[in-house]
Amino acid sequence: MRRRACRSAFRWAALWALAMPLVAAAEANTAAVQNPQTRTTPADTRRSGLLDMGPALQALQRDDAQNPAMLMVQDGAALWARRSGTADRACADCHGPAQAPLAAMDGVAARYPAIDAASGQPLNLAGRIRQCRRQHQQAPDWPADSPELLALSAYIGLASRGLPITPPEHPRLAALQQQGARLWQQRLGQLNLSCAQCHDRLAGQRLAGAVIPQGHPTGYPIYRLEWQGLGSLQRRLRACLVGVRAEPFAPDDPQWLALEAYLAKRAAGMPVETPAVRP
Amino acid sequence: MTADQPTTRPTLPHPVRALVALPAVPPRDTPFEVRTTLGHPMENGLRHDGHGNVVPRMLVTRFEARLDGALVFAADLYPAISANPYLSFWLQVAGPATLTLDWTGDWGFAHRETRQLQPT
Repeated sequence: MRRRACRSAFRWAALWALAMPLVAAAEANTAAVQNPQTRTTPADTRRSGLLDMGPALQALQRDDAQNPAMLMVQDGAALWARRSGTADRACADCHGPAQAPLAAMDGVAARYPAIDAASGQPLNLAGRIRQCRRQHQQAPDWPADSPELLALSAYIGLASRGLPITPPEHPRLAALQQQGARLWQQRLGQLNLSCAQCHDRLAGQRLAGAVIPQGHPTGYPIYRLEWQGLGSLQRRLRACLVGVRAEPFAPDDPQWLALEAYLAKRAAGMPVETPAVRP
Repeated sequence: MTADQPTTRPTLPHPVRALVALPAVPPRDTPFEVRTTLGHPMENGLRHDGHGNVVPRMLVTRFEARLDGALVFAADLYPAISANPYLSFWLQVAGPATLTLDWTGDWGFAHRETRQLQPT
């Protein structure tokens, strides 16, 4: 009788020892999201990845004289003014001259991904730039994540900095967002993890020493220190899939856009930070 | 054991971009900060591509700042410095001057930025 009681007491002590760190972590997580700087309402617990970085990196992003992505923005401004293709047309010829900030593109990046009115197909900003290039400049396509496309995306995205992410209303887009929401909850890969498990439930806690962000696409294309260069949201999502040891979707797979559309809806109202710096 | 360096010249960044931040009207006889970022991959020559080939070393090795030709600040850069190197330093001028910033490095890389200083 005494031995059974002793074993049971030991089990309760073990359970209590396991539970305490989880409780402490949960309390710390709540505290971490209580004092954010991007808020739409007091009940909004969303937090940009900017605030999960240390003070030096936050300063790097906030200072245009230090942000390495501003080098690529300069490239983007040059590309905006450059004539291209058999139509011998520059972006500036239709959309106005290159400026800092670019008034013609004010608020544009905040409204993507969207549904293209002409074709009814979903597009992100990079897709729109590529479509303009093919259709209106009659120039050869820029592949995804090519330096020119990223530079121009950063330049156009900068014109929306500070504005809230505003996904448009469209039934096709809503369907895409729902598809993205399902993907967000779906376990993937050899590690059998869904995006939601880390970025909804465990955001604010740590993975291998790094704080897990909530994963809002507020600053794309980002200058990622790991890449030592600029990269798109699709590139980052691809890295996540590789990280859970899943086979990444094919480059033209519509699931990428579904995820992007869902992420934009999830981050709706948060300010654009393009071009952001991330570790 | 070091990997053999290729003899073919890698593609240097073109056009070269640099961010130079300094006060539009610098104060006279008071130190002010000059902050520079150069667009350069700073390839250290130890990385490999997906096929096992070494990515050739391509570094900026020297930075010099001159006021009217006189050297006022210099730095030697080494492989540990990451891409798009950021350098900031302090200057003090007594009157109008020409500031030239020179970056030089591997494979004959050379880039110059010139700024006219018109202090108060």
